[in-house]
Amino acid sequence: MIIFDKVTKKFGNIIALDDVSFTLEKGEFIFLTGTSGAGKTTLIKLLLGEYLPTQGDMEINGEKISKVSKKNLYLWRRKLGVVFQDYKLFWDKTVAENVALPLHIGKMQPKEVAGKVQKILELVGLEERKNLFPAQLSGGELQRVSLARAVVTAPEVLLADEPTGNLDPKTSEEMIKLFKEINEKGTTILMATHNNEIVDSFKTRVIELEKGKVVRDEKEGKYHKKKGKEENDD
Amino acid sequence: MMIKTTKDHISRSPYQSLAAIFVLSLSLFLLSAFFLIGAGSQAILRHFESRPQVSAYLKDEAKTQDIDLIKARIETNPKVKNIEYISKEQALEIYKEQNKDKPLLLEMVSAKILPSSLEISTYDLASLKSVAETLKKEEMVEDVVYHEDVVSSLSNWMATVRKFGLVVAAFLLVIAVATILIILGMKISQRKEEIEILKLLGASPFYISAPFYLEGMFYGIVAALISWGLSYGAILSSSSFLTQFLTGIPLLPVSPLFMLEVLGGLLFVGVSVGFVGSVLAVSRFNRSIR
Repeated sequence: MIIFDKVTKKFGNIIALDDVSFTLEKGEFIFLTGTSGAGKTTLIKLLLGEYLPTQGDMEINGEKISKVSKKNLYLWRRKLGVVFQDYKLFWDKTVAENVALPLHIGKMQPKEVAGKVQKILELVGLEERKNLFPAQLSGGELQRVSLARAVVTAPEVLLADEPTGNLDPKTSEEMIKLFKEINEKGTTILMATHNNEIVDSFKTRVIELEKGKVVRDEKEGKYHKKKGKEENDD
Repeated sequence: MMIKTTKDHISRSPYQSLAAIFVLSLSLFLLSAFFLIGAGSQAILRHFESRPQVSAYLKDEAKTQDIDLIKARIETNPKVKNIEYISKEQALEIYKEQNKDKPLLLEMVSAKILPSSLEISTYDLASLKSVAETLKKEEMVEDVVYHEDVVSSLSNWMATVRKFGLVVAAFLLVIAVATILIILGMKISQRKEEIEILKLLGASPFYISAPFYLEGMFYGIVAALISWGLSYGAILSSSSFLTQFLTGIPLLPVSPLFMLEVLGGLLFVGVSVGFVGSVLAVSRFNRSIR
């Protein structure tokens, strides 16, 4: 479970997040929406420990980030898997090496690593591409490598920052199907997105940010706020 | 995995790695050269110190009685350890042995032109002068030669070499550390994005830093081997010249065991310099890594 408790993040005089509070239950799939500059990426970076809150606190499974020392921040990050819009892959490593990286970081035995990597590459449909380098892959395939790397350690929470931002609609749809599959296996997913079609095709929780504040938190939300009855009548 | 990452770091920027290795090799080579010159001078000094000796060359007309008289007078001096008479024939034998590779020199010399001598050993270097002075007063003594001058000038020379060597070596090691620091700093800077990704994947600061420490130490090991090879090569190639120069002093050939000890020392210094340079580079970019 993730708890945001009155989190505020300021950069000088600029307020990126303002008194944000919400709770993410285990196994939930949440879309984080909002215009550019609304604070979506800041929220994800706060969760990753890239920034620390100016005020308030966050916790994952009972552990508060305020209690984590700077040198142990890496242990906090190991609880999370993360997928980026720009993939953030190592271009001189093969698909399999990229996916294996978090397992090596976690000091898994090499024998086990190969099995895990094979399994996860099968899940994302890249088992035949495992010896290729990222430069030899399409955008959709690159994002699948990024997803495979994010979930190979079976994290409890998967964060995705605009994962379909660089993909065409069809590939985006395929990616989202993969996220759904992973969510059905019990992984909590928090996905920041601009893609209204994807959000609308899902009947899941939507948290909308505007100027750093939570302006909407709906259980089965749509990308755009539902208009009021009077507005609809107009 | 860390070793593979280190290998990747080195192979991805080979020219930077070569620059680090060359600078470190040069520093270690000069360091080992100073050390070897120092150790050689020390051995020469020890050789002279262990044999405090005065050679009194006798006149051709000196008879056995005269020689016995001189011996008897000198023997009363408690500082004298041993007196040995070297006849003209024995002197020729010694000369032949020392110049056995130079037949031209041997042809020109006969026992007649070599003087007979008394070789007097003392218990310590300080006694040489007084014994020499006594011998100079003897009528049948032509000339007196002793090592005190050699020892004192060698001592002075060694002290200068040691001081100069220490200053130069310290300066070179600082340059070597700075070179490693700059080159690894550049490499860390180039890999900023990769380091960011590793951090996001949960890599510990040690996991990120270790390949840089290993890289610094690798440079130290390679540079130590290169500088040792160069030093050994220099000794071997100059051995024949040095042997002539150091006739009678058992310095060459240099024992392989001693050279292995030198290698051990160079590896220790090289690895230490590489490690210190890498630690400084990592701490300089601490914020990126942590």
